[in-house]
Amino acid sequence: MYVAVKGGEKAILNSHKLIAETRRGNSERPEITIEQIADQLGLSVDRVMAEGSLYDRGLAALAVKQAQGDLVEAIFLLRAYRTTLPRFAMSEPIDTAKMLVQRRVSAAYKDIPGGQVLGPTYDYTHRLLDFALAAEGGVGMPEAPVADEALDDGMPHVADLLDYEDLIEPDLPDPDQPEAFDLTREPMSCPAERDQRLQNLARGDEGFVLALAYSTQRGYGGNHPFAGEIRMGEVAVEIVPEELGFAIDIGDMVVTECHMINQFEGSADRPPQFTRGYGLTYGHNERKAMAMALVDRALRAREFGEVAKYPAQDEEFVLYHADNVEAAGFVSHLKLPHYVDFQAELSLIRQLRAEYEDRQQKDAAQ
Amino acid sequence: MSHASKHEHPNPARARWMGIFARASAADLQKALDGLDAVPAYEFLRRPETGLVMVRGRSGGTGNPFNFGEMSVTRCAIRLAEGVTGHSYAAGRDMKKAELAAVFDALMQTDRRMTLETGVVAALARKQAEARALKSRKAAATKVEFFTMVRGDNPL
Repeated sequence: MYVAVKGGEKAILNSHKLIAETRRGNSERPEITIEQIADQLGLSVDRVMAEGSLYDRGLAALAVKQAQGDLVEAIFLLRAYRTTLPRFAMSEPIDTAKMLVQRRVSAAYKDIPGGQVLGPTYDYTHRLLDFALAAEGGVGMPEAPVADEALDDGMPHVADLLDYEDLIEPDLPDPDQPEAFDLTREPMSCPAERDQRLQNLARGDEGFVLALAYSTQRGYGGNHPFAGEIRMGEVAVEIVPEELGFAIDIGDMVVTECHMINQFEGSADRPPQFTRGYGLTYGHNERKAMAMALVDRALRAREFGEVAKYPAQDEEFVLYHADNVEAAGFVSHLKLPHYVDFQAELSLIRQLRAEYEDRQQKDAAQ
Repeated sequence: MSHASKHEHPNPARARWMGIFARASAADLQKALDGLDAVPAYEFLRRPETGLVMVRGRSGGTGNPFNFGEMSVTRCAIRLAEGVTGHSYAAGRDMKKAELAAVFDALMQTDRRMTLETGVVAALARKQAEARALKSRKAAATKVEFFTMVRGDNPL
């Protein structure tokens, strides 16, 4: 129970002023700009957009600045802002096969049509602190090499190579599928279909999804996965405005996509076949995309007649705890005044304590 | 609506230029407008407004659609003094750009079309294609060229 308490106005006002000053930091140094955050802390911005579930680099960068770099707080700010905007349209499903590829690797096949393209990755760096970045003059303007030829247009998905041999389950649209579940319009509901789970995981907390994915690898519901393909790049976003009645591109968005290929021994009515786990995130974030693909596959346990024994296979557990706005809100609410609650608990414990001491004295007297 | 793109497009030329204007910068569109012999008179049918598009993905990239997440978008509609209407939808929150894109969409439906097509539209399309090609060529420079190591015990 919460009770309205008066008297804190001035303290709150001054607290706002103190946080503003703290956020600004040392006033002898220049203030950081939104553009600098969007450009130079781009991966933080990607994460905030993904879990804030709003693709807008400028707004996400503003949220990062306002939250003093606290990404979960920034995600909250972005989620709150999106509720102020009207929805104009649903997009056509993005076509990741037509991506302008910036990075594309497969751990399942060495030679793939279009090739293994490393792109901008930290994978092959030494992970030693680079003091050149801390040097007085900064790093200047590093320039990346430019190949003579662009990459092939429209690289095929690696999973589709297995499709030709019928060695992987097909993933084709079901014409009878109802309109996809929308968590922004409907409350969570279980049992959940894959559309609801994918939306939940796409905006789910990276740390939570990563830990669940890790648990499947350590034996809590594993499916012996291979990273069939990870790709990152720009895809076109297409809508059909009602007043026009035909499809137009409104721009592009950067996404990271992961196809995990998983072992499946087959069942009475299914042949042994590889199965799929799918991950898709805003921006460049393959840790999240890979983790999402592992958890997506784990959550398909029911579909494959697997016994759901572990947390990552338990959709109620996963779906209800993946959202860090809800999780942070519920944990943080313990900071709110619970004075009356606590007074009640206090008198209860005093009463129990008195009764306990009475009993002790009686026992001693006997 | 969701099947519209699978059928023959009713207006591929207009969709193409609207996509080009949506991807252009407000500065480039303003420069293009200033470059016209006469700046056209127009009124708003819908002032620029920012909202959301729910972007959908597909499971496995090919399967059933799911709601991936939202994206900001700004739209605008204008009518030229001569009566032609223009529309725009552009990702992001740039109101000026949405306005200019709508003006150019209208102009492209007038007898200025041929001049604009070979001038403004061609220039914007070229700039966008060059930017894409440069990104792709930088990625291509990181393509792995595998070679097989010859082991000492392998007969040559």
